[in-house]
Amino acid sequence: MNLKKFNIENKKIKNLIPQAITIAALISVIIYFATNAQINMGNRGIAFGFGFLNQEASFDITFSLIDYDGSYSYGRAFLVGLLNTILVSVIGIFFATIIGVVIGVSRLSENYLIAKVAEWYVEIFRNIPLILQIFFWYFAALRALPLPENAINFNDISYLTIKGWYVPKFIWTNFDIFFYSIMLAIISIYFINNYATKQREQLGKQLPTFTLSFLTLIIFPLITFLFFGVSLTFDYPFLKQLSPTVYTFDGGVSIIPELIALAVALSMYTATFIAENVRAGILGVSKGQKEAAASIGLNKNQILKLVVMPQALRIIIPPTTNQYLNLTKNSSLAAAIAYPDIVLVFAGTALMQTGRAIEIISITMLTYLTLSISISIFMNWYNKKMAIKEK
Amino acid sequence: MKSIKTWFLVGFASLLLVSCGQGGGGAGSKKSKTLDNTKKAGFVKCGVSQGLPGFSNADASGNWTGIDVDVCRAVAAAVLGDADKVKYTPLSAKERFTALTSGEIDVLARNTTWTLSRDADIGLTFVGVNFYDGQGFMVRKNSGINSVNDFKDGISACTNTGTTTELNMRDFFNSKNIKYEPIAFEKADEVVQAYDAGRCDTYTTDKSGLAAQRTKMSNPDEHKVLPETISKEPLGPVVRQGDSVWEDIVRWSLNTMIEAEEYGVNSSNASSLKDSDNPAIKRLVGAEGELGAAFGLDNEWSLRIIEQVGNYGESYKKHIADTGILPNRGPNELWTKGGILYVPPAR
Repeated sequence: MNLKKFNIENKKIKNLIPQAITIAALISVIIYFATNAQINMGNRGIAFGFGFLNQEASFDITFSLIDYDGSYSYGRAFLVGLLNTILVSVIGIFFATIIGVVIGVSRLSENYLIAKVAEWYVEIFRNIPLILQIFFWYFAALRALPLPENAINFNDISYLTIKGWYVPKFIWTNFDIFFYSIMLAIISIYFINNYATKQREQLGKQLPTFTLSFLTLIIFPLITFLFFGVSLTFDYPFLKQLSPTVYTFDGGVSIIPELIALAVALSMYTATFIAENVRAGILGVSKGQKEAAASIGLNKNQILKLVVMPQALRIIIPPTTNQYLNLTKNSSLAAAIAYPDIVLVFAGTALMQTGRAIEIISITMLTYLTLSISISIFMNWYNKKMAIKEK
Repeated sequence: MKSIKTWFLVGFASLLLVSCGQGGGGAGSKKSKTLDNTKKAGFVKCGVSQGLPGFSNADASGNWTGIDVDVCRAVAAAVLGDADKVKYTPLSAKERFTALTSGEIDVLARNTTWTLSRDADIGLTFVGVNFYDGQGFMVRKNSGINSVNDFKDGISACTNTGTTTELNMRDFFNSKNIKYEPIAFEKADEVVQAYDAGRCDTYTTDKSGLAAQRTKMSNPDEHKVLPETISKEPLGPVVRQGDSVWEDIVRWSLNTMIEAEEYGVNSSNASSLKDSDNPAIKRLVGAEGELGAAFGLDNEWSLRIIEQVGNYGESYKKHIADTGILPNRGPNELWTKGGILYVPPAR
């Protein structure tokens, strides 16, 4: 009895020893590098520390989602860069997914022309280096867009020029009430869907869930406009003369061309990979599944929604997660075209002004790591949700 | 791809700093580790710009020229006896200091502004000034803007990131209470392209840079530089902190070029002046005194600089004046001729 127990523990210990050695080795390597860096920096008179994050940044940034000017700290500049990185990544992921799905499905189309166009799209955009595409979209767009005085005018509401796309600014009163009403609508939709599922499973009744959800999303905010003093006005952009021949737009919000070019390039490029994933996913569902679904009387839409997609998604999601991660990391190429992302603002300007290379590069690397891991965790959760549930 | 390369370089340089053994040091004694390493390697490791006509610019066959390049050539002539024994590393504004502190290069001659925080804070030492510059603005000739006082709220200004320019620009517009849109690119070529396309109304950087970049525009005659100068930009070579002998070699290589011009010594007459009556000239051409011994060099180090590279005036004429960048020497004239170039005596 005792001997057996000892044996088991002995085995456990045996298994633990190599792991412990690995960890110890890893830690000593890290400590070695850290100490070495400290000594080298000490020798060269370079101070180490993160105090600079509180110092005044004293440089301005073109485009920021939060209040910022040069009188804020380097820490705040970091936040501005981070938010800009997240913004372009989110926009990029959104459009890359839409374009990717459309192209992926088109490649399987029975229409020869559509299938060929989709194939050419994939082959062209997948095989040109991303940085060239970014330069292409940026400088091609810059050359093609008109100066402010000849702006492309959308009904006097919005203007597209070389200096950016000017759109009206939303000016809200009681925005918080409006926001809560949306939240409330989303929660209600969740309950409506739950109720509808129960009805279907227990009584076999089909409720018009989509229409109900849609109405909820419209009616709740509408009520706040009518009865709770929520209102929305617009601040329209207008042309302003700076000198006899120099014009710009004032008022409204400017979406800078750097953001547009970067978002277009990132989504067009990443979409090709997502399209291939989608194609693989759909082809990966065996023909028998579709035939079986048809034989029990499901129509074409139902087959796609209930039988093909749930199985295809299991194949699509893991590689698409990789593409989302790639897109986020590729957004660091922004620096080339002056989009103020974290690399340009923090690992660029802030690094130069403070000279704190090691601190800033480590912070930037940690930030990308955190961003990537967050996306991974979310996509893994979604993947699990989509996986086959054995009942 | 450049941006990735930048990342790698900065990352790699940081890694070098992290991983390489305890180098540098050697302060106090006449021993210079950098000098020893340079002699062993057989070339001077010099950091230059990625292409700024007049300062450091590579031609089609990869030969570097410019007044910054001449500083490196002077050091090579003094230390190794051959001005051509230089290995040039083109660096972006962002990479330059890390490359120097990590030991990838030993001299940084890359139109770098001497400021207090750079000198004191990040392990660098500025050894002198080889070009007195100031920040200015370029606009389109037809814009009707004739002075910085014509700037109005909403103006967009293109510039480079990671330079003092970005900070001066903010100080300037703030002091004038003008709201502006700053658009900062990593590389000068992209700034030029964006400004040329009309993305921004003005392009701001050092005036010498503006003059040089104007030649790259699709139609240089459509642009002009405004008369005002909004900052002091003393540009000069930089070395790593902690090797005072090497620091002295670079400083006096530059000073020799300026002093040679002051005494009328140039590349063609230098060797014939060995028996000049003026002791200052005799010291310059190595015919008197033991000046080289102070930093472990022979006595002809300064003669080689003048013979192989030329004096400051020759260098300026060849790279800045004759190329049409800035024909007028302005503050970069000798103190004896109304400029502010003034170096301590070599004795």
